Amino acid sequence: MDFLRPASWEEALAAKAAHPTAVPIAGGTDVMVEINFDHRRPEYLLDLNRVGELAAWEVGQDTVRLGASVPYSAIMEHLRAELPGLALASHTVASPQIRNRGGVGGNLGTASPAGDAHPALLAAGAEVEAVSVRGTRMIPVDAFYTGVKRNALAPDELIRAVHVKKADGPQQYSKVGTRNAMVIAVCAFGIALHPETRTVRTGIGSAAPTPVRAKEAEEFLNAALEEGGFWENGRIITPSVAKRFAQLVAGACNPIDDVRGTAAYRRHAVGIMARRTLGWTWEQYRGTRRTLEGAA
Amino acid sequence: MSTAPQPRTGSVPAGTPTKITQGSQTRGGIGESTLRPDGTLKVTGEFAYSSDMWHEDMLWGHTLRSTVAHAQITSIDIGEALATPGVYAVLTYDDLPAEMKNYGLEIQDTPVLAHGKVRHHGEPVALVAADHPETARRAAAKIVIDYAELPLITDEASATAPDAVLVHEGRTDHHIGHVPHPNIVHRQPVVRGDADAAAARADVIVTGDYIFGMQDQAFLGPESGLAVPSEDGGIELYVATQWLHSDLRQIAPVLGLPEEKIRMTLSGVGGAFGGREDLSMQIHACLLALRTGKPVKMVYNRFESFFGHVHRHPARLHYEHGATRDGKLTHMKCRIVLDGGAYASASPAVVGNASSLAVGPYVVEDVDIEAIALYSNNPPCGAMRGFGAVQACFAYEAQMDKLAAALDMDPVELRQLNAMEQGTLLPTGQRVDSPAPVAELLRRVKARPLPPERQWLSADAEGSSVDVRALPGGLSNTTHGEGVVRGVGYAVGLKNVGFSEGFDDYSTARVRMEVINGEPVATVHTAMAEVGQGGVTVHAQIARTELGVSQVTIHPADTQVGSAGSTSASRQTYVTGGAVKHSCEAVREKVLDIGRRKLGTYHPAWATAELLLEDGKVVTDGGEVLASLAEVLEDQAVDVELEWRHRPTEPFDLRTGQGNGHVQYSFAAHRAVVEVDTELGLVKVIELACAQDVGKALNPLSVQGQIQGGTTQGLGVAVMEEIIVDPKTAKVRNPSFTDYLIPTILDTPTIPVDVLELADDHAPYGLRGIGEAPTLSSTPAVLAAIRNATGLELDRTPVRPEHITGT
Repeated sequence: MDFLRPASWEEALAAKAAHPTAVPIAGGTDVMVEINFDHRRPEYLLDLNRVGELAAWEVGQDTVRLGASVPYSAIMEHLRAELPGLALASHTVASPQIRNRGGVGGNLGTASPAGDAHPALLAAGAEVEAVSVRGTRMIPVDAFYTGVKRNALAPDELIRAVHVKKADGPQQYSKVGTRNAMVIAVCAFGIALHPETRTVRTGIGSAAPTPVRAKEAEEFLNAALEEGGFWENGRIITPSVAKRFAQLVAGACNPIDDVRGTAAYRRHAVGIMARRTLGWTWEQYRGTRRTLEGAA
Repeated sequence: MSTAPQPRTGSVPAGTPTKITQGSQTRGGIGESTLRPDGTLKVTGEFAYSSDMWHEDMLWGHTLRSTVAHAQITSIDIGEALATPGVYAVLTYDDLPAEMKNYGLEIQDTPVLAHGKVRHHGEPVALVAADHPETARRAAAKIVIDYAELPLITDEASATAPDAVLVHEGRTDHHIGHVPHPNIVHRQPVVRGDADAAAARADVIVTGDYIFGMQDQAFLGPESGLAVPSEDGGIELYVATQWLHSDLRQIAPVLGLPEEKIRMTLSGVGGAFGGREDLSMQIHACLLALRTGKPVKMVYNRFESFFGHVHRHPARLHYEHGATRDGKLTHMKCRIVLDGGAYASASPAVVGNASSLAVGPYVVEDVDIEAIALYSNNPPCGAMRGFGAVQACFAYEAQMDKLAAALDMDPVELRQLNAMEQGTLLPTGQRVDSPAPVAELLRRVKARPLPPERQWLSADAEGSSVDVRALPGGLSNTTHGEGVVRGVGYAVGLKNVGFSEGFDDYSTARVRMEVINGEPVATVHTAMAEVGQGGVTVHAQIARTELGVSQVTIHPADTQVGSAGSTSASRQTYVTGGAVKHSCEAVREKVLDIGRRKLGTYHPAWATAELLLEDGKVVTDGGEVLASLAEVLEDQAVDVELEWRHRPTEPFDLRTGQGNGHVQYSFAAHRAVVEVDTELGLVKVIELACAQDVGKALNPLSVQGQIQGGTTQGLGVAVMEEIIVDPKTAKVRNPSFTDYLIPTILDTPTIPVDVLELADDHAPYGLRGIGEAPTLSSTPAVLAAIRNATGLELDRTPVRPEHITGT
């Protein structure tokens, strides 16, 4: 196994072009586990840690350009206002040590359905900045996940950044694990209200072969909110609407039985999370204070 | 060696007070919370664990393990592996040097390397030594093994089916004569009175079937050690283990070496909990070292560690309890089926504990108990904290709640009404002859105020906000209070202390006293494995108390001193502590004898008074200082090595289970307070209060730590810890810390500990073994609290979200 240590982004792209089988490594959260357990034996490791710009972010007019290696701890600390859903998701990632090292680029590169960032990215709306010596292309995150642990990157491409839409409304993120911290997702759910476009977007993790949006549920809810004038009148969402939304989100799951949980539980739990997080975000949108009663 | 007494002007050195208050204690003696010598090193990451050892020119050993659970090995081809550059040796069964090719704690049924057959997933088949761990691993992957798979034995039905394949053919062990089937390792009934007749007197009868999942010890320091060949053809073995001499007894015959040629030294142990009672890499590393003539290091990674040690026996338990309308137990019947997996390990002792303690800490005169352990193709199971008693406690405590509900009684009152006490006759016919404050322990946990409701809500300047860390799901942010219901549950348990059933359970301690640079120093040398239990502090405390010196050196544990027995069964403070005390007393007598001979003529009190050692001096029981130890010993050293035994026990009768089988009993009670997200099935244990009788707390801080640790390990198997074995393949599905979850600090509740010190007059200082009892009652208390919150029956542990949500 050869270890490539490019000193700049250009060198990194050249290295990836010369060695398309090279596996990029930054925090190493996933890659080192796979190597240590001998699940993967790449010919080349491409160490991106010397490419400092990957750990930087820029807050723009509409989006945050988040370098691929920006650690989860930085997202939690500095981008809570701009990317509240992703900040909440970051909070659920592993342990403090790993949150100091791991970043969203790794989650995207691995493209595991259990990656914690995915539902938040799907809900917020994001584009992956994929770069090669051939040039740059922006891949909508919805189109990025192509299969179990597969993504839309070409062999010579590296993830430079992810452009996440700045929150224009409340966002929430929930994840079920069988431990109260430091746990891989049994299933997860992200939701973002977009008052500017009067839409709601969702993301489901660990309950389908890839991270997915619950599009039918979104369309149902968008129509129901529009029809009832909810965005303007800020009324409490009718329980039957919330319930139907939760059912549709559960229906968007295509889970499996595995050692972490059953398919039936995953579908059930995603539905519960959808109903609760819709309640929390909508309450926040209504400008009311979150109280126990309000969130129920 | 002796030197002439120096002329002195008087018995009391100038400037010394003539009276020291009688009863003054040397600081750092028993009863004080002296700190662990390794504590800071462990917290700062500087402690050297066995996996940190290094030797010049050392090779790395690697184990190739079976990928299937039950199969004939039709061929093994090591050619390509052996030809790999950097590889020094590849060993299979055919390379074993001695006639003995098996090992085992009690039954030598475990092949050092598989012979023609593998009986469980992950069984060692071949060994590789190479100059780099990666080379060894790569080479091992080139070994080609052909398996012809055999039918699987995975449960009682398949084990005892008429045409069942035998996991072990041609058994000759001492249990084969009394087991109903060769796929049953051991069977122990305990029968007393007439349970059927008594059942007729019951107003209420409750029955239940319970399942206890397979828990892992999940110690953080994986199996590891270093074997260094020595010039005499023997070997130096540095290893993390629980019982050096038991290892030695099993290693020597397989290597074909006399025990004297194998010198073992304990290296840094990163937790044990029973999982290091059986051998792991010991023999393998020695074989590779002897074959290559080079030091060989072996370190399992986390994945391999899950295959490298035995687990807690999963169990199926059927219980029936009856009671009169006023709540008095009439009878109890139970059948406990433990799955021992492919090799016996500690299964017979687990069966002995499960059956003899199956009744729990209750008075029941008419009982009909049966416990068995199976041989199967599941992972081997053996020792883990509280073994046998843990599984039984989970079931009988669920039964007590069920019975209380059926009687419409308070569950704590029902327990107190039937609680055993000193003088109670157990189902084995053994009388409990030391304090048994079962009702009092329950009273104490019940009397404690409940933690406030809705602790997740906090008021701040903005209004109220939610702290998800105090809610089920924790940081995963699954609820802000929705669906959350509180529950409270109680449990109490009964555990034996020490090795039982007639086992010669002794410990050895060597104690040396000498004067170094004018200061008296005691050295305590035992083979006790310090696995975190705190023996290293306790031995020094005992030496200070018994010898009146402040400086005590704890010699590294090795086999150059006699056996200290196992660091298990809550026995080490009792038995090796007892041995240290015993040897210290002998040293003290010798020191006083020397003093009498040397200095007796200078003061009549040498002959007439009771003499003590206090603060480095010989004093009379009236407190008069006769001499300093420096004066008494000068350059003479007193060195004593003695064995010490607790009261003997008896085997249980194989038909009736009668016999004084246990040394001492240990009791703990818990109250669990949980918050359950009833919609998502997630649990947050917010408080696990424990009350335990410890007889005498030799080191109160360590006692707290043991109780909190045991409580947390019990919580783990209540809500998350389980090795999941695929019933179709008998393969382990979650051998990693990604999927075998143990509690984090956020899962660990407040654990208030209420310590009673009711002396057991039979034990050193009146102490009671404490390490296991809290592990028993913690699990059923949490389960009871979840049942209380949800109204569900929940007959298995661990509880998964699926069980609570019915999905």
